[in-house]
Parts: sequence; structure tokens; C-alpha cells
Amino acid sequence: QGSFIDALVVLQMMVRDALNQAMDEELERDERVFLLGEEVAQYDGAYKVSRGLWKKYGDQRIIDTPISEVRAGLRPICEFMTFNFSMQAIDQVINSAAKTCYMSAGFQAVPIVFRGPNGSSAGVAAQHSQCFAAWYAHCPGLKVVSPWNSEDAKGLLKAAIRDDNPVVFMENELMYGVPFEMSEEALSKDFVLPIGKAKIERPGNHVTLVSHSRCVGHCLDAAAVLAKEGIECEVINLRSIRPMDTDAIEASVMKTNHLVTVEGGWPQFGVGAEICAKIMEGPAFNYLDAPVTRVTGVDIPMPYAKILEDNSVPQIKDIIFSIKKTLNV
Amino acid sequence: MSVLIEYFLNITDLVSHELPHFEGLFSRRSLRRCVSLHCDLHGLEEGPADTAVLTRDQGLSYYRCMQTIRRMELKADQLYKQKIIRGFCHLYDGQEACAAGIEAGIERTDHVITAYRAHAFTYTRGVSVREILAELTGRQGGVAKGKGGSMHMYAPHFYGGNGIVGAQVPLGAGIALACQYQGNGQICVALYGDGAANQGQLFETYNMAALWKLPCVFVCENNRYGMGTSVERAAASTDYYKRGDFIPGLRVDGMDVLCVREATKFAADHCRSGKGPILMELQTYRYHGHSMSDPGVSYRTREEVQEVRSKNDPISLLKERMLSNNMASAEELKEIDGEIRKEVDDAAQFATSDPEPPLDDLCKYIYHNSPPVQVRGTNPWAKLQSVSSS
Repeated sequence: QGSFIDALVVLQMMVRDALNQAMDEELERDERVFLLGEEVAQYDGAYKVSRGLWKKYGDQRIIDTPISEVRAGLRPICEFMTFNFSMQAIDQVINSAAKTCYMSAGFQAVPIVFRGPNGSSAGVAAQHSQCFAAWYAHCPGLKVVSPWNSEDAKGLLKAAIRDDNPVVFMENELMYGVPFEMSEEALSKDFVLPIGKAKIERPGNHVTLVSHSRCVGHCLDAAAVLAKEGIECEVINLRSIRPMDTDAIEASVMKTNHLVTVEGGWPQFGVGAEICAKIMEGPAFNYLDAPVTRVTGVDIPMPYAKILEDNSVPQIKDIIFSIKKTLNV
Repeated sequence: MSVLIEYFLNITDLVSHELPHFEGLFSRRSLRRCVSLHCDLHGLEEGPADTAVLTRDQGLSYYRCMQTIRRMELKADQLYKQKIIRGFCHLYDGQEACAAGIEAGIERTDHVITAYRAHAFTYTRGVSVREILAELTGRQGGVAKGKGGSMHMYAPHFYGGNGIVGAQVPLGAGIALACQYQGNGQICVALYGDGAANQGQLFETYNMAALWKLPCVFVCENNRYGMGTSVERAAASTDYYKRGDFIPGLRVDGMDVLCVREATKFAADHCRSGKGPILMELQTYRYHGHSMSDPGVSYRTREEVQEVRSKNDPISLLKERMLSNNMASAEELKEIDGEIRKEVDDAAQFATSDPEPPLDDLCKYIYHNSPPVQVRGTNPWAKLQSVSSS
């Protein structure tokens, strides 16, 4: 009887709470894990992602910082208030974190997570709106992860914390307050998603949409609209930028023959550009009925005025337009 | 000779030591060999004691250590000129007392991190000359299996070897944070040069280390030149031991291994007692240029280099001290020299004959404890697989 009632109760959890739960569970599980960052402790986190953790775990494990870098036997979670600020520490992320395992021939591992909001927000203008997926994913030695919903957030953050390598974990500020269903499996303390595997959020036969982070939601919205016109989109949530699940993309393209990538970041040298290159080099190329289409942020610094900002990032209508062009309908 | 020698009579010593093995008790003020006898202090009421005890065993050990470093670095110079070592090579000859003295002043379980002039510390932290030279020649028997080279050698409680000027200092504070977090009573010695001393990230680090009372000894190895720029041309203040501002500091003669040891012990005690970080400036000198591509005479005179060599060489200083106090005989030291020469020659032989790493190593150790990932080679058909360390 108890389980029948449980099955009817579907828990909704916001992305920020899923992140909070992930960190809480991992802090409890392993005393070497700790969190540091600006305002993560007493302020409960600039975006409240770390709310309650300082009260529960105290000064030793939740540390307010000016900004810093840590190693030697511990497993730090380093929060950047936004990834824009990570540029101040990027030398450490790349030269001290990413390359060390390789340079030391495996002697010195760096189990660290760099997390924080990435990409555009709302009205925060050019210096606070850049997407760093391409910059970090360019570098061997790092793993780069970009969750979309609450399950992604929890499962991938736990995986990142348990991973013995430096993981850049890119969240999205606009997603923090969005609630998603959480399955019972996802609510368990051992729910970990594999880094490097994409998820097909919606199967379809006519076109493959590949995206990450907030744009996944836009793709699903576009797919819902197009479904009414008889166009069935397969929506792939990358989850991982590096390593990227190329096999999943290829398998899908070999089925649908059409590919549209969707990202918030700038077009040049970006995630979509990389997917195009990968597809060209692999078996899926011969299955394409049209060139790959990239839907991206506009190639400009982010403007402030709302009307300009809204038109600087992919909107659902841009995705629909691009799909139809790709399908030549 | 105005040196005081006393038999250090101690009951337990009589029991545990052989009689011919005696110690010298030195009052530094009375040694006429020392260039700078005093210790400059900043933010400290007291510094290290001005007397130090050097036992024969210690003397021989420091001699052996410094001479090994010297010969190893000179061998690296030779191999570099023969083009068997390539790329960057920053040599430490002249500065031996710093590495040897620091190691003598800390515990094996303490931690050390330095910049790119790192071969000596790699040695003092326990890596053999063989593995160091083989790393310089890029062979599979190198300490980093040929993957790191001169600037990226690691050992237990030794974090390299770091190529980006100043970046090792925040890392050092992080290691100190780990010591504090784990409550293990260990400290971290984070070294940097007079050039790096002007880096912004050092000041960020000083702030955090002081705020959180991290057990970190910041050590500025002031060898008077940041690459080709003398300290006078680089720094608004050359009192590097004061640059920590609210962090107490001391400055000692970095050519005297005993001074370095005593200052290090003092600094380590300061940290271990929970007083927070401390800054130590070692005044030292490098005989070589900044790196092997720098002859080292365009920004300083040959006479200056010669002067330091003849009057202030750290190994000579120790040797004379030991000889003049009958702590060792010339023959004995010569024998040690011979052993070291052989050790270094054998190491060089290994370093030149050991094979280069196999091509299979290309994609090894990108990650740790991770399933293999496909790694793109130079062209789309070159599909390599990564192998992680575990």
C-alpha cells in the first residue's frame, strides 16, 4: 500500500535544490570533500545553491573565500560566482589542474570540481554573460559537463565530485529556479550519472537536435511546436561537452539524416563547430541529406537592453526556422 | 682562527656516539667566514637562535647533498650543450644551500612546492639523480616517464616543478590549507624567486594565508636577478622579507646551509604552533644564467660571478668549516666527491642510454581512474585511446 501511494507522488525539485542535494550527499559521504567560493558559506551562496550547507557542515568544510586554489589529498568543490570570474583563475584551471596528471605521468591526480553559472543570464550585460564551454572543452585533461535539468544537475555533480580529475561543471543561472520531476532513483544518495554520455530527451525520426544546458529546453519546446506540423525531432541533451558522446550523435544522424546544433555560446570555434567537424570525420557524414546547421548566440558582446539581449541568444523561433531550412520545408 | 670549538659533552651523547665523533658548537658571530651573520626580522620580536649545532654526520650529509646537486646540475649543463637535453633547463648551481638547508629544517612529511628551478628540490625530496637526468633527457626511466621534463617533476610531498611564474604560490597555500584541514601538523614550504615576488597572485595568497592562519612558509629565493632583470630594476622594494606586510618575515644568508636550516626550523615551528604563515627570504646566487639559453653575462659581470664563486660558494663554505674544525679530513671529502662523481656519471649513462617512452604513452595519464576515451590524433583516421592512471 505504501508503495502505491509513493508512485502517485511525483516530486518536483528545482535545479538549485538538486545541486544542493548533490553537494550535501557528497559532503556527508566523504570528509575530504569541501566547498569554497565567494559567499558560499554565511551568505548561503550568491545564488543560494549552497544554502544550509554551512550551518550543517561548518567552517572547516564550507569556506568563504576571496578566491583560491587547493590540492594535496582533499577533494575541493570550487565555486565561481560566475564562470566569467574564472578567467582570473584560468591559469590555475588549465596549467595547474588540467595538465598535472599528464605531466606527472599519473603521479599527481587533481580531483577538483570548478562549478558555477555559465553563459547568459538576464540583464547582466557583456562582462557577466559569456559561455565558456568552448574555452574549457578545448583543453585535454579537463572534463567539461553542462547539465540541463534537475536530474542532470544532481547526477552529474555527484559524478563530478567523485571523479578523480578536474571537472568544469557549468550551471545556468536562469535554470536554478526551474522545477523538474525527480524520479525515486534520482532522489537516492547513490544516484550518479556517467560523464561522457548524452541522453535522448525526445526520440524522433526527421531531424536530430543536439544541445546542452538551457537550450535543451528550447529544443524541446521547438519540437513540441513542430510535432503539430508532423515534423518529429530527436532531441539530444549532450550533458557532457568533454568527453562528448559522439556515438550518440552519429547514431541519431544515421537515422534522421539531418542535424541541427543549438547552443547559447558564440559561433566561432564553438560547441556546434566541433560537432560539425566530428560528424564530417565519422560515418554519419554519408547519411546527411543536408549540411549541418548551427544555431548559436549572436557573435557580439552581450548587450544590456532587454530587446537586444533577447535577440542575442537563440529563441525558439530561431530553432524552428533553422530546422525547417535544414529540412527544406 | 676565531672559531670556538667545544666538545659537546652530554651523557646520552657519550652513550650513543663513538668518541672520535664530536660536534662543533658555533657562535655565528665569531665565524669570520660568514658573510651575513645576522638575521633581519620583520614583524617578529625574536628570530632564530644565533648559535647552531652542527654534528659531523649532519655536516657530511649536507656536504654530500649539496655536492650531488652541484655535480648533477653541471652534468645537465654538459648534456644540454651536447643537445641530449632540450627545451627549458634552469640550473641551480650556486643555490645548493637553500635546497639542502630547507630539507634539513623540515620533516619528510612536510610539503614543498617550487617554481621551475626545481631539480635540486626534486633530489632533496627523494628522487634519484638517475631519474632526474633521465627525465631531462626525456626517457621512459625519468621520474615523470618523460612526460614532464625539467619543470614538471614530482615526488611524494613534492608538487613540482611549476612553469608559470608565481602560480605555485597559491597552490602552496592550498596545500597548507589541506594540512590544516586534516590537522596533521604538517606544513608547506612554497618557494618563489625575486621575479615572482612582484606577482599579484602572491599578494592574494598572503591575504588568505594570513586570514586563515595557514601553516605555510613562503620562501623567496632572492638570487638578485629575475631572468635578466636585476632586483633594483624590478622591484619598488627589494626587502622581499617585508613584502608580506602583515605576515612576519626574516631574511638570512642563503649561501650558508646552517643559516638556512636554522631559519627554516624557526619558520616551521612558527607555522606548526598555529601562528599562521611566515615569509623567509634567502639571499642566494646562481652561477648559470636564467636558463641554458642565457649565458648570464649580459646583465651582470663575469667578475661578479667569480667573486661569489671564490668568496661565497656554499659548498666551499661548508667544506672549510668542517676542515678547519677537524670534523672531517680532506681525503674523506675527496672520497665523497669521487662517489658522487661516479653516481652522477652512472646516472648520465642511464639517462643517455635508456629508451625514449614508447608511442603508446602518448595518450596515457590524461586522466586518473577514468574509463578510456577516444583521443583524436593528427588526422581523422588516427584514433587513439587514452589510458588513465590508477
